Amino acid sequence: MIEIRNVNKWYGQFHVLKDCSTSIAKGEVVVVCGHSGSGKCTLIKCVNGLEPFHQGAITVDGTSVGDKATNLSKLRSRIGMVFQNFELFPHMTVIRNITLSQVKVLGRSEAEAEERGRTLLKRVGLEDQAAKHPAQLSGGQQQRVAIARALAMDPIAMLFDEPTSALDPEMINEVLDVMVALAEDGMTMMVVTHEMGFAKKVADRVIFMDEGKIVEDTTTEEFFGTPRSDRAQLFLSKILSH
Amino acid sequence: MFGGFDYAVLERTMPLLWQGMLFTLQLTGLAICGGVFFGTLLALMRLSPFRPVSFFAASYVNFFRSLPLILVIFWFYFLVPKLLGRPIGGFHSVLIAFVMFEAAYYCEIIRAGIQSVTRAQVHAGYALGLTYGQTMRMIILPQAFRNMMPVLLTQSIIMFQDTSLVYVVGLKDFLTTADLISNRDNRPVELFIFAALVYFAICLIGSLAARRLQRTYAI
Repeated sequence: MIEIRNVNKWYGQFHVLKDCSTSIAKGEVVVVCGHSGSGKCTLIKCVNGLEPFHQGAITVDGTSVGDKATNLSKLRSRIGMVFQNFELFPHMTVIRNITLSQVKVLGRSEAEAEERGRTLLKRVGLEDQAAKHPAQLSGGQQQRVAIARALAMDPIAMLFDEPTSALDPEMINEVLDVMVALAEDGMTMMVVTHEMGFAKKVADRVIFMDEGKIVEDTTTEEFFGTPRSDRAQLFLSKILSH
Repeated sequence: MFGGFDYAVLERTMPLLWQGMLFTLQLTGLAICGGVFFGTLLALMRLSPFRPVSFFAASYVNFFRSLPLILVIFWFYFLVPKLLGRPIGGFHSVLIAFVMFEAAYYCEIIRAGIQSVTRAQVHAGYALGLTYGQTMRMIILPQAFRNMMPVLLTQSIIMFQDTSLVYVVGLKDFLTTADLISNRDNRPVELFIFAALVYFAICLIGSLAARRLQRTYAI
């Protein structure tokens, strides 16, 4: 489903992604972790072309992301993305946030889009919040709306860029529960997160990044059992100690 | 000084003054619309990653911002008819001058407004499959205009006052009309005090509205 081959990227002189290669199969849930500045957020943004990369290739469902001839908007409309700071549109109601791209990109009718939106709001437990504006919701609720907004496009895969990092601790679980349900439904997911509990529970594989390189790319059992690199062991000991 | 204050002259000349005010309001309104429209285009051009486009917009803005408005008004009044080979009328020439001049100022305000909306909002639009145009129109610009409304209003108040400069090409705006009447009837005290009060009232209302908007939309 997602193929990443020998991707290199520089910010000026800074080599942010070093020869990254991995692939994610259909229905697979892959967690990407690592220290801040390890390039994990940059990598996930390369997958749907929000960040350009300089060398290598990324294909999603057979379509090359880096190719100039690719219609990126069309490709992106098939890949859902959830951001660290939710990025709901603050000047629109919750339901409008969810229907906008369905109408403008997929060409659905307003009624159809709204029905789909309400179904998804129900799925994330927020059916009574449709008429509110994002600022009236808690962080956890906003992030669940953002997930519903991405799902409304019927994506073939979902990208999560640190979906719980900006949340207060008591709200993290309500978002993770939605993500777990999604994973159990068979959604293809690439998740950048520090939530190792989530990784243990639903991830098929864990990728550990350090200084722009993919250091570990192994099954979840192996990662938590015997991570091979020192950096990964250090990372795990810091993260799991509290 | 106010002993011989003659209110009757104001009453008598009110229709003429109203004519002048209509001219002023019309010029201000149209210049705001045109200025904001072209200012938005210029702002988008200035933010373009394509160098020649952003360079052109930046040059335009810097050029017009380093000219006195009065000079621009002269220019369009005297030069444009020469270039076109036919007269375009006083109102149109000053309107074009104001739109082109104000677009440079609005551009900088709108650019700041667009930049006040985070890059991540652009990404959120893109990630949903929206194009650049759709993202700008439906997501970024509505938020940007909300953020910059107070500054836009302030700039528009300044422009409302600046419309009085059209006297240099002999057009009869509110202030020029008041001046003409004061000369004709020899009543400068009454007319200039009245004109000052009217300008003051309109600008006060405008800046109160700006402050109110600022409070409403403050984050």
